[in-house]
Amino acid sequence: MPTNVRFRSLVPADASPRGEPMVNLFFDGRGLQAPAGCSVAAALLANGVSTFRTTPVSGAPRAPYCMMGACFDCLVDIDGQPNRQSCLVAVAEGMQVKTQAGLRSFDGADAVIAEEAAHVE
Amino acid sequence: MNTSDLIVVGGGLVGTALAYGAARNGTRVTVLDEGDDAFRASRGNFGLVWVQGKGFGMTPYARWTMRSAAQWPQLAEALNTDTGIDVQLRQPGGFHFCFSDEEMQAREARMRSISDALDGNYSFEMLDHASLKARLPGIGPAVAGASYTRMDGHANPLKLLRALHAACRHHGVRFAQGSRATRITPQAGGFEIEAGTATWHAPRVVLAAGLGNRELAPQVGLFAPVQPNRGQVLVGERVARFLDHPTTYVRQTDEGTIQLGDSLEDVGLDDGTTADVLSTIARRGVRSFPVLESLRLVRAWGALRVMTPDGFPIYQASTQCPGAFVVTCHSGVTLAANHAFSIAPWIAGSAGGGAPAGIESFSGDRFLNGNETFQHAH
Repeated sequence: MPTNVRFRSLVPADASPRGEPMVNLFFDGRGLQAPAGCSVAAALLANGVSTFRTTPVSGAPRAPYCMMGACFDCLVDIDGQPNRQSCLVAVAEGMQVKTQAGLRSFDGADAVIAEEAAHVE
Repeated sequence: MNTSDLIVVGGGLVGTALAYGAARNGTRVTVLDEGDDAFRASRGNFGLVWVQGKGFGMTPYARWTMRSAAQWPQLAEALNTDTGIDVQLRQPGGFHFCFSDEEMQAREARMRSISDALDGNYSFEMLDHASLKARLPGIGPAVAGASYTRMDGHANPLKLLRALHAACRHHGVRFAQGSRATRITPQAGGFEIEAGTATWHAPRVVLAAGLGNRELAPQVGLFAPVQPNRGQVLVGERVARFLDHPTTYVRQTDEGTIQLGDSLEDVGLDDGTTADVLSTIARRGVRSFPVLESLRLVRAWGALRVMTPDGFPIYQASTQCPGAFVVTCHSGVTLAANHAFSIAPWIAGSAGGGAPAGIESFSGDRFLNGNETFQHAH
């Protein structure tokens, strides 16, 4: 499934639409900016992120589909919490967002590689 | 003409397993499927292929369940061959947790009684906390122990339903969707069935309409006093494998999803969810496996079991209207193999497909004495 971003910001990426203050956050270590009040999903899309997660079953890349909390395709790790729905979380200053790679594990460590964890036979 | 050899009323797990079994032997089958506004138990269940604890007080049901679990690998294989769908059958043995010594004693007595009635051909183990912890390191301190049998397993119930539908189509079964059967009239050479504006004819008919069987059965001289019993289920996110074995209240699917169940509620035809029951289910899940405390929940639903007064199935051929049968149970997953391989040939009148041995124990007539004290079967 192609996940290339088709959103285009109506204003320059580092300017806020209605004069909101800009917030600094990170995606996989890369610094991004987004207007306060914006969802993490919208912030990532506006900054050209095309893969939010890989699926636990096939490892295929995924990006947001519904943007309203129903599809679970926008899952990311936010500040160490895995499998967060990025369309339902507002950006915050200094937020650390990471790709959700396959399954999360319970031990607090990073998500495990899909094939290995899913016991694919 | 809407004619076939056999009409199956109901397109859930029971109906499609029967249709599949009959069509594999060359029977021309039509399935009348009510539609998405029906109470579809087959879309709400937990997915256990479960043996332990079943048949207490009714040994033929224990045997019947064991037989289906034993035949399940053949069913999974046949479905995979016909459709390419892997229904994710795993039968690694299952655990039933107890949370107090009293529960352990009651469970052991129940298991012992079933085993004795089967002359010991029923191997089970009672495990105290330490022995259980050795096998399932994730259990919490609140778990007093568990019963275990190696006969238990699980499958993906939605993939099973999809595979049965696909396998039926592969064998030429005709599906009439949006067809709620309302009237069945015995006539020369068979039955006429009204469903909406359409009329269907066949020499044989089997009622597999779940809760709908209650109203339909008397029209062909049968008795199926089923009632709804609600179960609620919580579904968590997919997580790395932490539980290989199914348990009565917690299981992890092949793809990593955590499922938590269940409840037993007498609330009529209400298939909704309630916060108090769901929180009880969640709390029991966390007591079982404390690591679940951080589990993110994705969905919750309620579904209605199709329960007979004693919790055991009804299988019966009508003597008043030969060619009519009723099949009803609340274990459409566990019993799917029996339905496809043993009940279907009997109903279809296939060569060599006589009445399965002991089937008379499951006659609905056992409720004609008015004894309708409802109870749960596992």
